[in-house]
Amino acid sequence: MTLGGILSGPPAIVAAGVSVFSDALRAQGAEVHDVDWRPPGFGSAEDLAAVALDPRRAAANRTAVERLMAAGSVLVDVRPARDVIGLADRTILHAGPPIEWADASGPLRGGLIGACLFEGWADTVEEAERMLAAGEITLDPCHHHRTVGPMAGVTSPSMWMWCLEDPVHGGQAYCNLNEGLGKVLRMGAFNEEVQTRLRWMRDVLGPVLQQAVRSMSDPLDVKSVLAQMLQMGDEAHNRNRAGSLMSLRELSPAIVAVEGWAASDIAAVLKFIGGNEHFFLNLGMPTAKLALDACRGIPGSTMLTVMSRNGTEFGIQTAGTGDRWFTGPANTPVGLFLGDYGPDDANPDIGDSAIMETYGIGGFAMAAAPAIVRFVGGTVPDALATTERMYQLTLAENPAMAIPIMGFRGSPTGIDVLKVARTGWLPQINTGMAGRVAGTGQVGAGLVQPPQQCFEQALKALAHEARAAA
Amino acid sequence: MQVSREIGARDGVQAVVVAMATPLNLELAANMGLAPDGDTSPEQLLIAIRADDEDALTGAVAAVDTALAARERSTGGTATAIPQRTVGAGLDELPSDGPALAIVSVPGSYAVAEAADAIAAGRSVLVFSDGVPVEAEVALKQAAHDAGVLVMGPDCGTAIVSGVALGFANVVRPGPVGLVAASGTGAQQVSCLLDMAGVGVSHVLGVGGRDLKEEVGGLATLDALAALDADPATERVLLVSKPPAPSVAAAVEEAAAKLAVPVRSAVLSADSPDLTAGVEGLLRDMGLDVPVWPSRPGPAEAPAPGAVLKGLYAGGTLADEAMLIAGPALGDIRSNIPLRPELDLGADFTARGHVVIDFGDDALTVGRAHPMIDPTLRLEAIAAVASSDEPAVLLLDVVLGYGADADPAAALVPALSSARDAAEHPLPVVIALIGTEGDPQGWSRQADALAAAGAAVFSSNSAATRYALDLLGAGK
Repeated sequence: MTLGGILSGPPAIVAAGVSVFSDALRAQGAEVHDVDWRPPGFGSAEDLAAVALDPRRAAANRTAVERLMAAGSVLVDVRPARDVIGLADRTILHAGPPIEWADASGPLRGGLIGACLFEGWADTVEEAERMLAAGEITLDPCHHHRTVGPMAGVTSPSMWMWCLEDPVHGGQAYCNLNEGLGKVLRMGAFNEEVQTRLRWMRDVLGPVLQQAVRSMSDPLDVKSVLAQMLQMGDEAHNRNRAGSLMSLRELSPAIVAVEGWAASDIAAVLKFIGGNEHFFLNLGMPTAKLALDACRGIPGSTMLTVMSRNGTEFGIQTAGTGDRWFTGPANTPVGLFLGDYGPDDANPDIGDSAIMETYGIGGFAMAAAPAIVRFVGGTVPDALATTERMYQLTLAENPAMAIPIMGFRGSPTGIDVLKVARTGWLPQINTGMAGRVAGTGQVGAGLVQPPQQCFEQALKALAHEARAAA
Repeated sequence: MQVSREIGARDGVQAVVVAMATPLNLELAANMGLAPDGDTSPEQLLIAIRADDEDALTGAVAAVDTALAARERSTGGTATAIPQRTVGAGLDELPSDGPALAIVSVPGSYAVAEAADAIAAGRSVLVFSDGVPVEAEVALKQAAHDAGVLVMGPDCGTAIVSGVALGFANVVRPGPVGLVAASGTGAQQVSCLLDMAGVGVSHVLGVGGRDLKEEVGGLATLDALAALDADPATERVLLVSKPPAPSVAAAVEEAAAKLAVPVRSAVLSADSPDLTAGVEGLLRDMGLDVPVWPSRPGPAEAPAPGAVLKGLYAGGTLADEAMLIAGPALGDIRSNIPLRPELDLGADFTARGHVVIDFGDDALTVGRAHPMIDPTLRLEAIAAVASSDEPAVLLLDVVLGYGADADPAAALVPALSSARDAAEHPLPVVIALIGTEGDPQGWSRQADALAAAGAAVFSSNSAATRYALDLLGAGK
């Protein structure tokens, strides 16, 4: 019993509360650090205390963080969703927590309509809408199938998916292939341009990538690309340029070597990848998903395993509460707009891509990507301050995801529901903005936060679990 | 896009695109009717503006040039400092090898999480806050025990750790005696007497007023005793507390007997009502002479016949001690912290008969500072005693040291003078002045000022109480 060394020399003191104590300590020449304490942003005192005192919490969160950081990610295959996850006919996966057609926002509706057309389930937009409204198409969250999808996240049986594996925990995660920018299905566009591209991705891109990936003797280490791109100005959510180019570099020898394809097809594949600066996002997201799925079902842990939005609602899950969703109305991002689009054109927050922030990068690693701050309407000091603030919401610093400008400090990793409640600060997410009207496509990019309600419910549930375990 | 937004907000500008001429941006511009003529390439900057008239257009183009030339006004790329919101965040910033502890004085309902942060970081914590549920106290203290650290509190106002005075504590010379205290003012009384005896303290470890109650079971007391046992600077230990639960007292006694360091108890009870006697016993254990405790008795001033004791205290343990000493001589003493439930004073602080009030009791400090900082309530009570037709002896404590009023005599002297002038009967005033010469207020300076106002001043609360009993004709 050494009490942390305080009997062997004058202790430094961290003080939270009234200033008279600190003043008296300073008068004695003691080293005093005042905390800028505020009443918690939400949560009853009883719930906060129950979670803070849960004897399982410290070890559970340590386990969660260890698993998150230990998880690896290698690219093992590319296959159609029908084969990979047994996606049944007339079933479409979407981003975010569960939702029905009636509640779906414009870009999700656009994506679903586009998928029905692409699969040939409907010949016209009207027919697709009727089928969806009549419940003839089953909707299911990507997250329920070890899958993530950016923006609308719409994934139908014929779409090809990246298949990633965590060699440490043995997990699998999947994500569709990125279509590029502008009028794309994930942003809610579904016109002929979109359909043409989807068909080409189905008929050429997917099969070529499958042959290439299967031929690689050293599978692509996606986590390693993620770590490197943070050193190259990407934050891996809204900026994926370096990661996309590195992926192209790693994949292209195998792509060039695939047999049975016309040179023009190979050239088109390379051009498509090289021209899409978000190509890597759909590899980064399942990498984060692998790490966070490795943290599921750790009783007592207050760490988030999911942040995700379906365009109407924002949903989160925690390691200590299994597969339960805690949801609230999605906020609309604030940022900058393409062309003459404005705030009225933007849909509320959408996409599974907030898995990147859940993993500790994206908005949490804003400091790594000063080049992006103007795109989302901020300044370089804002970016640094954002990352600094996120350290107070998280359980650990991930040394694998180092941020050069912060002295190679690991990115703030493992969002703690209790810390969110106590600081009153919400996680910062970088995001693209889809048009509110189905068929529009992307209208801008910006910053957004989850609604506090999600965290209020999660805290209540964690407190309930803590009491039940006591 | 930032420039587009800025220019688009100008009067007379209908639409604007300032963007690299990528295929996506060209398509967006075309949708706005702003497609450029001729060939473009993606490394070119597209500037397209539609305005109401030529003047607006010229102004907008000039503004684009200005905006593109402007540099971001930055603070050199450094982030504005982010304040630390929790004890955990604060402790994270400290080097991990040096000694450190946390002090928590946030509202009691929120103190639990802050204290838990410290324990999780392997740091001891002093919790000044009251209103922490007892189950939370037990959970915190068990977690601290497992982590090898100490929770001082909740409701712990006094500690001295390696010479650093935390909360309400006095400037006490360093010495070989370690205190474990479930009582703040009790610890102050004992540590000040040890200073006056030339002995001093190694550490004063507060444990919170409930630690020796049945529900908590002395969790922090046992850990504090073990820590002092292992501390080379501590040669003897004195345990200070209000009356504990008998079962807990027995468990602590048993644990103390197993330690290498000798442990003496100055735990208040009807059988051992006197903190000063506890200190004197310790001095004799050490083979030292008991000094004459400093005092300013002045001329003994007789009260009117039938006078009663009016004890107006800031320190709860000192009030307890006064009642335990005076009770056998005077009979029943009513109080807001009564020795027996039937002696509860209720809200009527002007009740007749022998009365001792603890102005530091939680019920009286809701929404106001402790009487050691804010004397208002007690000054009102002094005036009320003076205006009553009941003859009385006034017994007060005045506590010096860090955290206390910078000059308590300054408020008390005029109040006592006017009370004594206004009183119908002679109003003798006896003061227990708890402090040291080293305190910022200086024991002698305060004692002289109070004595000059006619008060009899003692450094020992039990001596002050006995002097008051003598004045009442009830002394032995």
